[in-house]
Amino acid sequence: MAGLRTAEQIRSAGWHDEVVLIGDEAHPPYNRPPLSKEVLSSQQHPEEALSAVLLRQRASAASFTFRLGQSVAACNLAGQRVTLSTGERLSYDGLVVATGIRPRRLAVPGPTSGRYVVRTLEDALALRQQLRPGTKVLVIGCGFIGCEVAASALSLGCDVQLVEGSHGPMHRALGATVATAMRHWLTRRGLQIHAGRGVVEFLAHFPDRLNQVSGARLDDGTKLEAEIVVEAVGSLPNAEWLYGNSLDLSDGVLVDEHLRVRGAQHAVAVGDIARYPDPWTGGVPRRVEHWQGAIDTAKTAARSLVAGLTGGQVPPPYASIPSFWSDVFGTRVQGLGVPHFGTATEVLEGSLETPEAGVAIAYTREGYVVGLVTIALPPARLMELRPHLGHPLSDLLSPLQLTTT
Amino acid sequence: MKVWVDRNICDNHGQCAIAAPENFWLDAEGVLQYKEDFPDSDLEYIEDAMDVCPVQAIFLKGEQ
Repeated sequence: MAGLRTAEQIRSAGWHDEVVLIGDEAHPPYNRPPLSKEVLSSQQHPEEALSAVLLRQRASAASFTFRLGQSVAACNLAGQRVTLSTGERLSYDGLVVATGIRPRRLAVPGPTSGRYVVRTLEDALALRQQLRPGTKVLVIGCGFIGCEVAASALSLGCDVQLVEGSHGPMHRALGATVATAMRHWLTRRGLQIHAGRGVVEFLAHFPDRLNQVSGARLDDGTKLEAEIVVEAVGSLPNAEWLYGNSLDLSDGVLVDEHLRVRGAQHAVAVGDIARYPDPWTGGVPRRVEHWQGAIDTAKTAARSLVAGLTGGQVPPPYASIPSFWSDVFGTRVQGLGVPHFGTATEVLEGSLETPEAGVAIAYTREGYVVGLVTIALPPARLMELRPHLGHPLSDLLSPLQLTTT
Repeated sequence: MKVWVDRNICDNHGQCAIAAPENFWLDAEGVLQYKEDFPDSDLEYIEDAMDVCPVQAIFLKGEQ
């Protein structure tokens, strides 16, 4: 998606020459958020499922050359050319790095069959086939994907156990206090959660199928039975093709505030793979794996790239407000800013005891609002709170503060 | 030009109201409202609003 949106923005920025999009998946760019939610629960034929998630393309996309099912193996930034996995070489004027991320896999011993991830449409369709009533499902990891998959599987009648593998449900996005509240809520909804535990080994017990997973052993020795395992333990940036160009690839691709790749000419990075100086965390470079970030970075990066190629005006530094959402058991969790950057939380509405009844939380750092989260509230409520980001919490709490824009 | 929102898909996320506040807004009940007609010069903002819709519910008229 980040690649498509950047290409469209490159056209909007006035670039009239050829635009080539290279993607290793066979499908045109599609929308991934439904893969861990609607797609798992739907009975759609694979073609219908694909057409439901395909991203709409701007009229300008008709002028792009799509090279689908092809991947870039290597890149020579100084020579401005890429080498495809087929050996074919393409030269370019400007490069957009939009290769995103792939699921991290658990590096523990044991069988490999029966273990699933959710990143591509094929991943989701393959997992969906296994989610039948009564199936024993073990989900490892409780970020957005882990929680969404666990909730979808339970709703389909599976017997679901969730191994947190971290500090609590959606901990990285929501922080410790709210993650604890999420854990209580998800447990009440019927998920069996192994809090603070990790998996050390996958188990097999069918002598004739030693590579088929039948369970897992946790770091406290507990053995869990499972027919299928879903690994939702984070991601790795697909940056290997950029090796050999003396770039900072320690976590994604390091870019400047205009999203230009540091140490390269005429190259920008967008979406999950771009590690940019985020003004919302004091300018510390970080990657943000939110859906909206792909669209927002596309706009700035495209203008930066075209400006460099044509001598036009460089856009202002990238400063979009991070924004995310998740749906668990039909309940919307929605956030703005950088909640995990906060050092304190303030419940503005509702109670963390009953998040499913609607709760709004402000996250503060040195008295300023750095993040906002609503659970089970209309999105309009979050929109109302939005202008308070970056402002003192005291303004938000003051009853005299009726207008905020 | 004209824009329309498929109400069967729209989830009132409100992202369009940030991208193109002249054309899209959430009313007091939190329900999305919008102006169907817009000048050609606003197409850029309308397309931004279409992009940021998490459920891809916004269409240009004549598109679908």
